[in-house]
Amino acid sequence: MKLAVCVKRVPDMEGRFKIASSGVAIDEAGLKYDMSDFDGYAAEVAIQITEKLGAGEVTIISLGPDVVQETLRKALSMGAHRAVHLKQDTPVSDGLAIATALAAELKDGGYDLVLLGRMAVDTQNRSTGAFVAELLGVPIISAISKLEVENGVVKARRELEGAYELVECPLPAVVTIDEGIARARYPSLKGIMAAKKKPMDIKPAQLGAITYQLEKLELPAERAAGRIIGEGKDAVPELVRLLKEEAKVL
Amino acid sequence: MANILAFAETRLGELRRAGLETITAARQVADATGGQVHAVLVGAPGIAQFAPRCAAHGADVVLVLEHDAFANYNPEAIVATLAARLGSGYRAAFFAASAQGHDLVARVAAKMKLAYASDVTEFAFAADRVTVKHPGYTNKIVQTFVLKAIPAIISLRAGAVLPVENAKAGTVEPLACAIDPATARVKVTLTENAAGGQIDLGDAPVIVAGGRGLKEKANFKLVEDLAAAFGNAAVGATRAVTDDGWRPHSDQIGQTGRLVSPDLYIACGISGAIQHLAGLRTSKTIVAINKDKEAPIFKVADYGIVGDVMEVLPVLTEAVKQAKAGA
Ligand SMILES: Cc1cc2nc3c(=O)[nH]c(=O)nc-3n(C[C@H](O)[C@H](O)[C@H](O)COP(=O)(O)OP(=O)(O)OC[C@H]3O[C@@H](n4cnc5c(N)ncnc54)[C@H](O)[C@@H]3O)c2cc1C
Ligand SMILES: Nc1ncnc2c1ncn2[C@@H]1O[C@H](COP(=O)(O)O)[C@@H](O)[C@H]1O
Repeated sequence: MKLAVCVKRVPDMEGRFKIASSGVAIDEAGLKYDMSDFDGYAAEVAIQITEKLGAGEVTIISLGPDVVQETLRKALSMGAHRAVHLKQDTPVSDGLAIATALAAELKDGGYDLVLLGRMAVDTQNRSTGAFVAELLGVPIISAISKLEVENGVVKARRELEGAYELVECPLPAVVTIDEGIARARYPSLKGIMAAKKKPMDIKPAQLGAITYQLEKLELPAERAAGRIIGEGKDAVPELVRLLKEEAKVL
Repeated sequence: MANILAFAETRLGELRRAGLETITAARQVADATGGQVHAVLVGAPGIAQFAPRCAAHGADVVLVLEHDAFANYNPEAIVATLAARLGSGYRAAFFAASAQGHDLVARVAAKMKLAYASDVTEFAFAADRVTVKHPGYTNKIVQTFVLKAIPAIISLRAGAVLPVENAKAGTVEPLACAIDPATARVKVTLTENAAGGQIDLGDAPVIVAGGRGLKEKANFKLVEDLAAAFGNAAVGATRAVTDDGWRPHSDQIGQTGRLVSPDLYIACGISGAIQHLAGLRTSKTIVAINKDKEAPIFKVADYGIVGDVMEVLPVLTEAVKQAKAGA
């Protein structure tokens, strides 16, 4: 079975963000970067499938500047087999343009299953997986929390607001990975050494047209600073008074 | 003027509040630009009973697609139908940024080879563009985008536009399915509601949420009791809790769970991790009960109590019961 996983390099969300002087980028100074969380889960799921089968190949694809090769190496050190860097030096805000480049790379790869994150944790678009699937003309099951692949059929569970659904489709297919399936493993030392010798193709990204443009980034208005009103159960009467008189929610 | 389409989301034969939000948003745009609102209502036979509610919230025309195959969600049939309809010329289409909406909207946009604006909290239409705001980076940064694709396809974050009644004719017209739904490759074989009969997190004016500080599953009773004392409250949880199986995944609030904005959010034994806060930042009033006065939740809590949830919650529950009885 041939699997492909699309991974994005993103800043650590615990960081304190500042907007760069351009107004359309974050200031990268002092931020740590890593694979977007859900993409790590997706890589883990794909690697586990080949481990279980004792066969198959996982290709990791990332679009971005040269630094994304670090992210690709990390996935290789987790156990993926080969990587493709789609080189794109300037940031792109149009998800369809990015998906067009990913789909161009995936199209002739003969992949049975393509995995993406449910969303990139930085831009939070949640669109790339479906874009890629439609561009490839294959079915997609999005935001899944359980996955089984057997006899050419994908069976998955999706969480909805206050409900869930069970979904099936034939291979080849695209899935996007939510919480609940797997957490990304930490690469072992052996894995890190092995990754150095694994193949990485580097090619220019073939973006589609841009019709969705980032205009500015802003920090949201801060909530008023928090206030501690007391300790233990003795603070309850004051809380109830404030909820009634000040917040007017009781 | 070109018309605006709104997808009126349904699940298991019920119209969802998210559907009324998209119709309300479409109405706002149509009122400004002079077009009509066309609501699309899809479901198993019987779903047409919700057409009047769509009309009451501003639909000039309700396009109804009823078919046995829609007892469960059928993404490929709906996508093909919507893409065909939108191809006949609309200014914009609104979807909910819900699990179903996210699944649908990107496929519709991709089928039409159009970029779209995802998870939007604000929008402004001009002749050739729409400017939107979409929070990113665990909602720590507000991104403003310009969308030039027409129709402008937009998914709306829950609560960005609240449902408003604004009755229109709501003429009902049948909508033909663009493909035979039985030929769809993606098949939903089961849809099941989580714990029945409770208020959905998205609709509840009050949410009482519990975290790992409750120590064990059985202690969630304290959270449930407080919610019951309010009467209009839903129970939420952190990922720590849903991971441990104390609560269903559907109760999870945060970046990977529900995004909620109730009038009152009470966080019990919750540290306030950034991914959790991402889901509740827009709540009107936040209360936190945590025994660690350095817990990050206190940075966002309007009212914090430093204390043991086991001790504070029963007393608070009694006080709320009394306040409600006195009201
Ligand atoms: C990609 C990603 C996505 C995530 N998405 C989500 C998400 O959607 N939602 C989410 O919630 N988390 C999410 N998380 C996890 C998040 O980072 C935290 O781990 C989680 O929110 C912690 O849950 P908690 O507050 O219940 O537990 P903890 O962080 O363990 O906090 C427990 C708190 O309880 C307090 N406490 C202990 N005993 C008592 C007592 N007796 N009385 C009062 N207080 C007490 C402690 O002081 C502590 O502050 C995500 C993480 C990642 C990496
Ligand atoms: N630049 C990129 N390179 C590779 N994969 C990407 C890139 N951007 C997005 N993706 C994939 O698409 C998923 C969803 O991203 P988004 O639609 O931006 O939320 C991510 O989780 C990745 O799997």
